[in-house]
Amino acid sequence: MTQQPTAPTTHPAGAELVRIVNCRQAYHKESATDLVVLDGVNLSIRSGEIVGLLGRSGSGKSTLLRIIAGLLPPTAGEVIWKGRKLTGPADGISMVFQSFALFPWLTVQKNVELGLEAQGIPPAERLKLAEDAIDLIGLGGYENAYPKELSGGMRQRVGLARALVVRPDLLLMDEPFSALDVLTAENLRTDLVELWAEKKLPIQSILLVTHNIEEAVLMCDRILIFSSNPGRVAHELQVPFEHPRNREDMAFRQFVDRIYALMTRRAPVVSEADMTDPDLQRTEITADAVALPPLPINTLVGMMETLAADPLHGRADLPLLASRLQLELDDLFPLGESLQLLGFAELEDGDILLTPEGMRFVQSEHETRKHILWQNMLHNIPMVRTIRAVLDERPNHRASAERFRDELEDSMSPDYARQTLQTLIGWARYAELFDFDEEADQLFLDDEAE
Amino acid sequence: MTENGLPGNLRVRPNVADLLGLLAIMAAAVVIATAGRHMLVPIPASEAGTIHLNPAWLPAYAVRTTLRMFAALAASLVFTFTYAVWAAKSRRAGQILIPLLDILQSVPILGFLTFTVVFFLGLFPGRMMGAELAAIFTIFTSQAWNMAFAMYQALRTVPPDLEEAARCFGLTPWQRFWRLEVPFAVPSLVWNTMISMSGGWFMVVYSETITVGNTDIALPGIGSYVGLAIEQRNIWAIFYAIVTMLAVILAYDQLLFRPLVAWSARFRTDDGASLSTPDPWVLTLLRRTHLLRQFCLRAGDVMTRIGWLALGPRPSAPRRTFVPSRLVDAAWLAVLAAFVISVGWKTWAYGSTHYTTAQVLHVMGLGGFTLLRVMITVLIASVIWVPAGIWLGMSPQRARRAQMAAQFMAAFPANLFFPLVVVVIVHQHLNSNIWLTPLMLLGTQWYILFNIVAGASSYPGDLLEAARNFHVKGWLWWRRVMLPGIAPYFITGALTASGGAWNAAIATEVASWGDTTLSAQGLGAYIAHATVAGATDQVGLGMVVMAAFVLLLNRVLWRPLSNYAARHYTFD
Repeated sequence: MTQQPTAPTTHPAGAELVRIVNCRQAYHKESATDLVVLDGVNLSIRSGEIVGLLGRSGSGKSTLLRIIAGLLPPTAGEVIWKGRKLTGPADGISMVFQSFALFPWLTVQKNVELGLEAQGIPPAERLKLAEDAIDLIGLGGYENAYPKELSGGMRQRVGLARALVVRPDLLLMDEPFSALDVLTAENLRTDLVELWAEKKLPIQSILLVTHNIEEAVLMCDRILIFSSNPGRVAHELQVPFEHPRNREDMAFRQFVDRIYALMTRRAPVVSEADMTDPDLQRTEITADAVALPPLPINTLVGMMETLAADPLHGRADLPLLASRLQLELDDLFPLGESLQLLGFAELEDGDILLTPEGMRFVQSEHETRKHILWQNMLHNIPMVRTIRAVLDERPNHRASAERFRDELEDSMSPDYARQTLQTLIGWARYAELFDFDEEADQLFLDDEAE
Repeated sequence: MTENGLPGNLRVRPNVADLLGLLAIMAAAVVIATAGRHMLVPIPASEAGTIHLNPAWLPAYAVRTTLRMFAALAASLVFTFTYAVWAAKSRRAGQILIPLLDILQSVPILGFLTFTVVFFLGLFPGRMMGAELAAIFTIFTSQAWNMAFAMYQALRTVPPDLEEAARCFGLTPWQRFWRLEVPFAVPSLVWNTMISMSGGWFMVVYSETITVGNTDIALPGIGSYVGLAIEQRNIWAIFYAIVTMLAVILAYDQLLFRPLVAWSARFRTDDGASLSTPDPWVLTLLRRTHLLRQFCLRAGDVMTRIGWLALGPRPSAPRRTFVPSRLVDAAWLAVLAAFVISVGWKTWAYGSTHYTTAQVLHVMGLGGFTLLRVMITVLIASVIWVPAGIWLGMSPQRARRAQMAAQFMAAFPANLFFPLVVVVIVHQHLNSNIWLTPLMLLGTQWYILFNIVAGASSYPGDLLEAARNFHVKGWLWWRRVMLPGIAPYFITGALTASGGAWNAAIATEVASWGDTTLSAQGLGAYIAHATVAGATDQVGLGMVVMAAFVLLLNRVLWRPLSNYAARHYTFD
């Protein structure tokens, strides 16, 4: 990484690069209401900063990234790029993809040259620029390799070189490290931050989409916390640390804790009163509408057992639990929320605690557990109540699963509806509440359940 | 199934869906019986009297044609479950059976007619049965090889962990075959059967009017109906035939193959990349019936029991070996070598006495013409269908519709359309050397479209986004982004299309309308003329040369190309 870009860029903070005004993204649905992914999003990015978009999967942050890149026109609102309204793929914005998005039939060199080729830059110059970028990103010597010959980390370096070589003003990174293993990701993060801090990157700003809180705190100058359903900027935090940052630093840990607290929805935010968004209350779970992730019941049980056991005794700090279980935000939050939905746990101020009901579940035998889950599902999840009522009513105790999916689709996308019902079926089978005939796509009551 | 073993259960009572199903089954039984009776009658004195151009006869003809088709399918299945299984199970048998299959696959099917008609007519002298069997055998040859290959491939690629599990549970070879290997082979077998059937419809239509030397037989069916229509220059009759065929293919597609493909999806071992498609209505209807459903479940039960019969040794049984296997291998190789040499010698001896060098060179020259024709049509079809297929494939909705349309069109026997083209050529006095050529690809071009649509619709979205983000447009986009990505699909499609075109050459290089006969210069025309003249020697020479061309083309062009594409142009 000795190569210095020919025109070293400075980071004069302040000049506005891009501004999003009242962006809304909705997908048209056949029945009744549109599915709103983003609503009323306003944000701006200035030159000289790394901005993090932090949120859960499905909160629409990747969609927003594509809107900014001009790959996707927003349903309403506008993107102002360098003072002009954006109408198509923007000049001066490059993207780094979660899946790398390298062309498997092009060598590293050719992949990196692609953007230059599109600009009509002559071959000799292309070669030089691409080599510089490849060297800068630490891939010198791999020019003639095909992507499939490289490890995940190196592939993402190619993706980075390809994005940098066109000297964009704004670099968009869509969960760039989440497909990498922990060590590789850390290595790439530190390298990137180092290059940024040393002002060796030919760019003015970075917008980083992530669901990893520590990653955001480690890299960003400013963090925008996204809420889901519909996606919107719920909080904005300035990160008060200098690069390089130390994860073990007390202040760093506290900052991470604070974000955890902000992101557990029912958190009573005491000290951040100025930041609470009144709209956030609107997204409070209306129970029959909540989309469930693909969570098998064993995972929930395992989580509850871990919580109940030594040394946690029913209460745990979320960041601590995350690192103990080696889970990321995207895995941990749905788990906690599902337990909360079932009445087995509460999320509070960045902590998770087991309810008495949850404690009773953990301490029970298998048969009793089934019974507890049976009752809690019926009691806490209206959709389960509906299903059970319909099945009880029918003489043959069978009903098409399609109708329940349709019902769920009133409040979520078809994919989520499918997923949610699938998860419910998994839980219901454990509790022997109802069963599912995949061939006929019907829910039914087993003999024992009748 | 849950409702099994609940005698007297409400659900066993027949319902309306049952009534419909039973009616359909009874109707089918009557039709099949009638058609079957006709097969055994003597060949009528004047064969012209058996075919009527009155469209009222068409439904009956359609049934006969369809029955021939399914008889051949049954034969192909038997062949698949014996030949392919044997080749996969026995290494030594495989050494000879698989290359043989490879050669058989490249022999032009229509060329077989000359030999099989004589053979089968001799088997049942003076009966329609002989001609029927000859036609069925022709269809069989258009289906069996492909299906056998699919089965062989599947048997050879059973996942090792499943194999080990079967071994652990002590399944006998018979049980393992039915419980593991066949289920594993089902998806590719169903798919290839579908492809085979498409080729089969073409052949059935062609083989119904058999003219070999002075034997001239018309089997009642859509093909012979069209044949007569051509003879009598009756363009309306040809339209009727096309409409009837459309109905037949539609019924076959909806009643048989959609349900089969949906059913076979459950045997996929990869976790559905092409997730659940809605059930075809026939399957839904079948599930709604009570009595029929019960019957099917029972039948399924019996089949399952047969599959569980403990035939053959348990894996734990000690294996007996008499002779070191290396010795047996050597002996086997020697036998094979001796066989190949003697066959080679015989062929040479026969060839050198029956053919002159000039004759062979002439036929090879004709092969060159046909080769040129095949390549040019594939090229033209590609220029049209590649951009169209990409456009269709880029939107999931368009892609689904296009796939269905292409599948349907591929199944439709293109030879029914030939007369329409020929009429135009005759009336416009066009050059038949040029204008007969497109007919070759009329039926098989759909494979190109089909594969391109599949390729474009599975093209990774993030790569497209990356291309847009980096402003890759125009020719650069085609060259760097799209074309390499669909190359493997295109090669598969083009290979299938060109294979089909070679076969079709025999049917398309000679065409007639009434007493006008158009003929193009080429190997197909050579074989066709020789067949009509009953010149077995010339047919044999033509077939060998054509098979050699096809084999060579596969080895020299298609296989290296597809290997290269598999190495460079696939997404991991």
